Amino acid sequence: MTTTTTEPAINPAAPASAPAARPVYKVTFWRVVRSEWAKFWSLRSSWITLVLALVFVLAFGLIRDWRYTVVINGGHPHDPEVLGANAVGLSLFGLNFGQLAIGILGVLVTAGEYSTGMIRSTLAAVPRRLPVLWSKAVIFFVVALLTGLVGAFAAFGIGSGIVSGTAAARAWSDPGVLRAVFMAGPYLALIGVCGVALGALLRSVAGGIGVLVGVLLLVPGLMELLPTSWQNDVSQYLPSHAGDSMYALHQDPHTLSAGAGFLVLAGWAVLALAGAAYRLVRSDA
Amino acid sequence: MIEAQQLTKRYGERTAVDRLDFTVKPGTVTGFLGPNGAGKSTTMRMILGLDAPTSGSVTVNGRRYAGHAAPLQEVGALLEAKSIHPGRSAFHHLNSLALSHGIPRRRVEEVIELTGIQAVARKRAGAFSLGMGQRLGIAAALLGDPATVMLDEPVNGLDPEGVLWIRNLLTGLAAEGRTVFVSSHLMSEMALTADHLIVVGRGRLLADTTVAELIRKSGGDVVKVASSDPARLREVLAGPGVEITGRSGSEELQVTGVTAREIGLKASEHGIALFELTTKGVSLEEAFMELTRDDVEYHGRTTTQAVQDTEAAEPVGSAA
Repeated sequence: MTTTTTEPAINPAAPASAPAARPVYKVTFWRVVRSEWAKFWSLRSSWITLVLALVFVLAFGLIRDWRYTVVINGGHPHDPEVLGANAVGLSLFGLNFGQLAIGILGVLVTAGEYSTGMIRSTLAAVPRRLPVLWSKAVIFFVVALLTGLVGAFAAFGIGSGIVSGTAAARAWSDPGVLRAVFMAGPYLALIGVCGVALGALLRSVAGGIGVLVGVLLLVPGLMELLPTSWQNDVSQYLPSHAGDSMYALHQDPHTLSAGAGFLVLAGWAVLALAGAAYRLVRSDA
Repeated sequence: MIEAQQLTKRYGERTAVDRLDFTVKPGTVTGFLGPNGAGKSTTMRMILGLDAPTSGSVTVNGRRYAGHAAPLQEVGALLEAKSIHPGRSAFHHLNSLALSHGIPRRRVEEVIELTGIQAVARKRAGAFSLGMGQRLGIAAALLGDPATVMLDEPVNGLDPEGVLWIRNLLTGLAAEGRTVFVSSHLMSEMALTADHLIVVGRGRLLADTTVAELIRKSGGDVVKVASSDPARLREVLAGPGVEITGRSGSEELQVTGVTAREIGLKASEHGIALFELTTKGVSLEEAFMELTRDDVEYHGRTTTQAVQDTEAAEPVGSAA
């Protein structure tokens, strides 16, 4: 009992001096962004998955280009594999795989914090919570955007060389080519943000990846179950199909325009992000 | 300064924390004691805003934790559950937390040195031993030079040297005028470091007291005395603060509030022969068990009041 009351008296200088010497710190949005940026790059999994995404985009695109020349030169110009193909579609074929790597990394960025317990440190530092989600989304949008741009421009740059002189050959200056190749960046960026949002919403790496892969790969297949008259109306608004139309050189009658595709996919990303924000604010960490 | 008012957390049917009222004051080490599952960790999570209270509130330095401009400067916390990404190095873990507050890199190096993890700072935190992980957690807690340090079971997994280091660290932090709030399920550990104690059991407040007071209330030092005339000895020793118990017919009495020496002197003064005179120190662990075992009897705030009442009545009517 006596020790309780006399303790501060024994050390009278300390309580006064400690607060006086304390520096002034403050949490700001940009500092949270910097913190999240440092967190992202200090994990080996980030580097590995980004490199994988790039390799997927490049390698599978170029293999597809090469396959095209093999079939064409083999004298099968009416083979369904090559009919109506163009250099953009062939070279960007790898995006189908790159999107999975990017989407999964997005899930890891948020759900990984829950599975490891890191989220407790994160939210203790930023107890207002939402700046963390916005920062992660912004950072990953930019990272995935750059990855997509680098991958797509490299894939088309090299790939158009491979198929030059064939019916599929396209030049940068051809109508729609630059737009289609460029849109690969925003496409991967939005898929990445969807991953970030799903990870934060479900708080589970397995769950986040499962839903992401399901929505991108399985749901389009399920459209077959709908009456034919509905299929075209519904399926063009799916994230995967809306995304496809962003970087397609030619639009089919039943696909959205590139701009509309971008808006629809962005809408899905915003919707997922809103759900993630709601859960982040409302439930215990 | 941490202040909890009617702090309550329910998970469905289960009440983890039940109307807790307490204040943790600066300048001392306050122990937060209770058996496993008593609601200590949940309370600490609510202080940090990780869990939202079902009702009631808790503030840190007069404000909700999330309401502070620099939370890490208000409260530095080590939680019981691991709060790191195993793939990130200790340095990067601390640095990324520091960046969110604009805490300079120099301070990151400082806490790494202070906690003695220089040698492993660049290694993946997932490969750390329990003790090293605990030190990293404490480094993170001290990062913001916080006014309040809150540690959940900090000695878990530490070797004797580490335990001693924690003790000195805690008393040092308190001497600097900081609020130090440490949970433990080990009374003996608390007795060595804490001045003040908040004891909980099944989510309820059992005692809000000092270590010395707790020992005294749970019997304090008991003197066992056997004499030829226990009834007379009882009369002779009676006085304020003295508690005497003994079975009728037995020549043995248990006396608290008087030393063996005083009993011996008084007995000889009144010519009462003594056969035995032994001081029995009460174990803190026992005191704690005693307190938590009866947590049905000791309800929340009424605890201290109830104990005081019986105590006041005891000098007169404590006959067996």
